[in-house]
Amino acid sequence: MNLIPQILFVLVLASGIGYFARNIKKLIRNIKLGKHIDRNDHPAERWKHMARIALGQQKMVVRPIAGFLHVIVYVGFIIINIEVLEIIIDGIFGTHRIFSFLGGFYDVLIGSFEILAFLVIVAVVIFWIRRNIMRLQRFIKPEMKGWPKNDANIILYFEVVLMLLFLTMNGSDLQLQHLGAEHYTQAGAFPVSQYLLPLFDGLSEGTLIVIERTAWWLHIVGILIFLNYLYFSKHLHILLAFPNTWYANLKPKGGFNNLEAVTKEEQLMMDPDADPFAAAEGDDAEGEPEKFGASDVTDLNQVQLLNAYTCTECGRCTSECPANQTGKKLSPRKIMMDTRDRLEEVGRNIDANNGTFKDDGKQLLDDYITREELWACTTCNACVEACPVSIDPLSIIMDMRRYLVMEQSAAPAELNNMMSNIENNAAPWPFNQMDRLNWKDE
Amino acid sequence: MAAGKSPEVLFWVGCSGSFDDRAKKITKAFVKILNKAGVEFAVLGTEESCTGDPAKRAGNEFLFQMQAMTNIEVMNAYEVKKVVTACPHCFNTLKNEYPSLGGDYDVVHHTQFLKSLLEDGRLTIEGGKFKGKRITFHDPCYLGRANNVYEAPRDLIKKLDAELVEMKNCRKKGLCCGAGGAQMFKEPEKGNKDINIERTEQALETRPDIVAAGCPFCNTMLTDGVKGKEKEEEIEVLDIAELIANADDL
Repeated sequence: MNLIPQILFVLVLASGIGYFARNIKKLIRNIKLGKHIDRNDHPAERWKHMARIALGQQKMVVRPIAGFLHVIVYVGFIIINIEVLEIIIDGIFGTHRIFSFLGGFYDVLIGSFEILAFLVIVAVVIFWIRRNIMRLQRFIKPEMKGWPKNDANIILYFEVVLMLLFLTMNGSDLQLQHLGAEHYTQAGAFPVSQYLLPLFDGLSEGTLIVIERTAWWLHIVGILIFLNYLYFSKHLHILLAFPNTWYANLKPKGGFNNLEAVTKEEQLMMDPDADPFAAAEGDDAEGEPEKFGASDVTDLNQVQLLNAYTCTECGRCTSECPANQTGKKLSPRKIMMDTRDRLEEVGRNIDANNGTFKDDGKQLLDDYITREELWACTTCNACVEACPVSIDPLSIIMDMRRYLVMEQSAAPAELNNMMSNIENNAAPWPFNQMDRLNWKDE
Repeated sequence: MAAGKSPEVLFWVGCSGSFDDRAKKITKAFVKILNKAGVEFAVLGTEESCTGDPAKRAGNEFLFQMQAMTNIEVMNAYEVKKVVTACPHCFNTLKNEYPSLGGDYDVVHHTQFLKSLLEDGRLTIEGGKFKGKRITFHDPCYLGRANNVYEAPRDLIKKLDAELVEMKNCRKKGLCCGAGGAQMFKEPEKGNKDINIERTEQALETRPDIVAAGCPFCNTMLTDGVKGKEKEEEIEVLDIAELIANADDL
């Protein structure tokens, strides 16, 4: 028995999974560069949220056309992976269609994989048309130029090619079954690939075996390449949507977090017995006072960084954003893409410097996200509501505004006026607090 | 409040409701309804300060928490249990951001409160005056998306015998008026349109007689928008409390 294909298969499989695992480890390390945030409360509610939003695709279908097509690709992806399990077992043990002992059920399985594969191809072609021919607004915004555009198309090409290889593999297998070739047991139903048979007409058994094997190999190698492509692509959402929805903010969207460091300082300020020279508890070991707000990715929390890796750049947030709709520079999607790009840059910096970050003179603020974008936000939560996987761009915008105001006193002048009014008269306008009840007598 | 009584609810008037000429009318309309329904309520008057919402949304957590702690001290001293406010920004801040700073109250928006008065039979709404009028409701972000209150204002409008017409972006997809996140206090960033104009256009598409709002900021923005479109002769921008008070000629 020739063991070479099996050995080769195990090597390819191991290196494919190994390289992917290495990158996932890097991804987790990068996310952990963020601040800790406690989001393990209400686990039952979190599982339910994840089941509804990620598994159940509840928010995807808010937009029916894109939602329906996405459900097809999503279901196809999950179901067809059962076939990948068979391919892996066959590859390792040198068997052929190991699950065929399931008989009639196997026919149903293969038959439904084929139908799904066909539907996936149709859906992906429509996706491609929406992006490249119809050029839907949200796919051609400024932040989508260059790599993000290519990335989206590469994913679509990958999916079509993988599905075509799967169908070619099945079609040539069916023809070999018809010819009664050795090892090609009569198994499976082929509702789609049967239409490929005319292509194989008149080919010799040897040629057919080469076609079948080539398709089989390219299919599984393609899947492994695609798996490893994820880390370099926006396509990570197929995995991260699950943890991301689990760690979502389940509280009312309008409630922004209260910074504890500020609470501590205020309590200290109001406490007449406090020692003004004692170091505040929030300060770190070097005695450096805690930084308020965020100017770089390491000031953000881990869920915000997970959000950035999860974003698949669909642009629903941006298309619902009132600032973006009226021509302002702000795009919530760009906030997420910038966060991810900067985090990746910081990660590469750490890799290049033996595990420690070397100051590169850059940061998320100004080098990626401009102040103009941050100040255009109305905090209306439309982006948060629109996201199909519970990403929260608003929280990043808020943390960066906090940095601008509390660390740099760099608020727009009108807002400074508003704030000094609140400080002086307890209202955002210059009215006297003593006049608050005047409406009663007017 | 200082009189030592404990009324059933504290009416949080808010800065707009206290000082803004347009919003003061909403305050008065709401008070008229409360009086008619025989609700014993209190206001903090000169002891009320800004909740800190605009400071927080602008990024000034220090100022926000300072305001919050001052207000919480006052409210806790008066043993406040229930708060009602006609401003969704105050409502959101009091409800969601005060508890972890020591201010835990039952906070409701005035449309929720009015609806509960209606359900308890303490308030009846006469609809005759609005019969056949087309009313569209603009969802305030801090009432709707921020706190999932969509139906209370709509239920009240329906009681007016009016025709409730929805804009293309409503409820969860409601478009902001442009004032949130401290935008009320500054000029917008450079763009090709003002947000309130965009929203007003959506409202006008429904051919309304009245644009109903539930927030003093939205009210200002939409009133400006309607004026910008020179439609102020035909279309009124009114708060839900004003609609109900008008219906009863209060």
